[in-house]
Amino acid sequence: MQTEIAVLRFGLGARPGDLAAAASDPRGWLTAQIKGAVPLAVNTPLTPSDQIFTAYVAARDEQQQMRREASATDAKVAFNAVREAYQPQYRAQVLARAQSAALTDRPFAERLVHFWSNHFAISADKGVVFGLAGTVENEAIRPHISGRFVELLTAVEQHPAMIAFLDNQFSMGKDSEAARFVARRQLAAAAPQRQFGINENLAREILELHTLGVNGGYTQTDVTSFAEIITGWSIGGGKGRLAGGAPGRFCFRENMHEPGAKTFRGKTYYEQGQRQGEAVLADLSGSPATAHFIATKLVRHFIADDPPPAAVERVARAFLKTGGYLPQVYAALIASPEAWDADSRKFKTPEDFVFSTLRSLNVAPNQPEEVVRTFDLLGQRQYTPGSPAGWPDTSKSWDGSDALMHRVLWASRVAAKYERGMDPVELASSSLGNYARPETVTALKRASSPAQALALLLMSPEFQRR
Amino acid sequence: MHRQYPIMTNRRRFLLGSGALAASAALPNVLFARTGGSSRLVVVILRGALDGLAAVPPYADPNYASLHRELAIAAPGAPDGALALNNTFGLHPSLGFLHERYTAGELIVFNAVASPYRDRSHFDGQNVLENGLTKPTGAADGWLNRALAALPRRADGPGERAVAISQNVPLILRGEAAVISKSPQTTPDIDEELLMRLADLYSSDDWFSARLSEAVQTEKMVDDAGAMTPVKDSAQAAPAAEAAVKPAPPDRVSAVAHMAASLMRSDGGPEVAVIEASGWDTHANQGGAKGALAQRLAGLDKALRSLSDELGPLWPQTAVLVVTEFGRTAAVNGTRGTDHGTGGCAFLVGGAVRGGRVIADWPGLSRAALLDNRDLKPTLDLRSVFKTVLDEHMHVDANTLAKRVFPDSSGARPLQGLVRA
Repeated sequence: MQTEIAVLRFGLGARPGDLAAAASDPRGWLTAQIKGAVPLAVNTPLTPSDQIFTAYVAARDEQQQMRREASATDAKVAFNAVREAYQPQYRAQVLARAQSAALTDRPFAERLVHFWSNHFAISADKGVVFGLAGTVENEAIRPHISGRFVELLTAVEQHPAMIAFLDNQFSMGKDSEAARFVARRQLAAAAPQRQFGINENLAREILELHTLGVNGGYTQTDVTSFAEIITGWSIGGGKGRLAGGAPGRFCFRENMHEPGAKTFRGKTYYEQGQRQGEAVLADLSGSPATAHFIATKLVRHFIADDPPPAAVERVARAFLKTGGYLPQVYAALIASPEAWDADSRKFKTPEDFVFSTLRSLNVAPNQPEEVVRTFDLLGQRQYTPGSPAGWPDTSKSWDGSDALMHRVLWASRVAAKYERGMDPVELASSSLGNYARPETVTALKRASSPAQALALLLMSPEFQRR
Repeated sequence: MHRQYPIMTNRRRFLLGSGALAASAALPNVLFARTGGSSRLVVVILRGALDGLAAVPPYADPNYASLHRELAIAAPGAPDGALALNNTFGLHPSLGFLHERYTAGELIVFNAVASPYRDRSHFDGQNVLENGLTKPTGAADGWLNRALAALPRRADGPGERAVAISQNVPLILRGEAAVISKSPQTTPDIDEELLMRLADLYSSDDWFSARLSEAVQTEKMVDDAGAMTPVKDSAQAAPAAEAAVKPAPPDRVSAVAHMAASLMRSDGGPEVAVIEASGWDTHANQGGAKGALAQRLAGLDKALRSLSDELGPLWPQTAVLVVTEFGRTAAVNGTRGTDHGTGGCAFLVGGAVRGGRVIADWPGLSRAALLDNRDLKPTLDLRSVFKTVLDEHMHVDANTLAKRVFPDSSGARPLQGLVRA
């Protein structure tokens, strides 16, 4: 089953021919995929985040202007403009993602992109990042999955979508130039006092979700201090006194940065502007807690819901020994005997199920609505895990009876759509290899129609696991 | 959504009685009979940490306005002021239905409550809220499931006494006792013959056959209750853009409440339902009497109202518990929001509740009274509330509650008289 494990568990499912291609050297087939960036496997031109964000801000400003002028019709037009700035972008990103998963020749690398995208999750149900949903994945993660963890981490935390998702763009040091200016002006104008200061959100989630893990050894004081350290990590653009930086791109706003040396986890970080925060990210990347946390998540994703401690230990050691050099981390994962246990299979998430179906049938969607509705139906609307923790990665989170019924519904729709020219028995072999059970093959042969056979294949226990 | 089969509404009935399925032994032959009379419990989990100082403003606390500043809710009587509860507390003006229930003696408002969790991670906080322990790890099951497992099997209904109104089951309901899940999205048009053949295919796999069997039973319950009609199919659901540019439409949460009520009213339906609502993590631009949080609260209030309306004759025997993982900082942060805190609020509402009361041993918001100089200090353990509701309302015995359902909870003594005898 080594070939099946490489293609079905480490990869995204088998297109016809994939199992044969990996058969001679399943491990080599995996490691060969980890070189350099992992661009989308389709040539769809996606709009870069700075342009998307700039268009959104312009539309939003106009909408607010209309509201102030209290013209209901114009405000509605402007609201549509806001939606138009974001909705096509979201759809294009979701379509490109599904196409890439369906067509890529580097499915292990693509799965790693999805893994990191979920590790560094943003959730598109927060309006301000809706149209930026896939940009962290495409712009910060795809270029960096074969390098050092610190490079990946820094690219993500300085991506405008992450900054906006975790509210850091307006986080301001109490003693920063900008905060003192506002205070003076409010005093002079006897204006209602609005306090400017830090927002802890990004700092806390970097520690808890992106690096050390919740028990990784930090206190509330460390969270507050780290939040001060990354004040000024913001997004360029703005008008008047707020103008600065390239619009829609990461921008360090010196005048919002809390000045001075700060203590974080017992170490003093001297004032060096943007690099103060980068120094913290570098130290976090070298921490044993981070190594252990990342290893645990990788092992849970690739091996089992309850990560075998020996495998976690092996992967964490590789992380620490190589300074977070990711190809070596993945190599330790592949070298783990626990990963190659044919009986230990994970129940597929809706994403796994959809992408492996597309690959098995050798089809790719071409309508964004089709993909959006599919994931709506299956309860995993793309890029909307609902929280920065990302989607859960254990069977228990996906195995509800109602969820199963939705899978049956989708499988029967897909089967009806693609039955023409398909040979379900042959597909059982090309998509499942030796995992296809004799009773499933018998059921496919006895089915009353090719569409029914196809639906049965997709809903068979062996297809529902990876 | 077109219908493929004219016999649609009866297909699950047919399926349950079909020879093929009986032979496969995948589906138990369930008789659905009216249960009637027994208590109903709905638990609403607000994920993301609701700001208790906005939902239940302590308007008379001398430090409230200066800490909560532009997010503070004014005293009752003032423009956009709180809905009055007593001399200290009010309700957020978006919570009109809850206020009506308070006046009707059907709402208890808890303030300065928290689970035993004292750090500030949402995800660990939610684990503790749901696992019933004092720490986030150590149990794969939830307290509500352990409580259900301790109840005697009901004689006249299916084994599943609880439903999660979602596709999957949240931690609070996971465990030994069988439960079902049902999202408000319908699953029409599934060919009954396909389901039968799947049941055969699953017959050698317990895990799949159990789920398919539960799903078919649940679908039948939904058909019987007629719960499908008002709920939109996913294909017609609001496009993501509308959900994203505006806050999620309150209709989504109402659809969830509608499904919960429909199932609970159906023959042999669940006595317990769990509903989840997210979007309470208001780090920036939280708003006060109006704004982002106000809209969320209005959606919650509307959902609770529709739950009450649709439970109808069951409302007098219903208790609805509304909880969140922790509260938020007493002071506004630098971006017109609040960060993760500790003490917060909870609600117990329903015809079965001895309400019209605020239960709060108020520690105050003075600097010295705050926990870690930032959070409302909790003075009541949420497990005390849970224990009391499970004891008085669901009749789970006290010993089981103390040992099995909430281990290490001797510090969280039950209260008394939350529910009408």
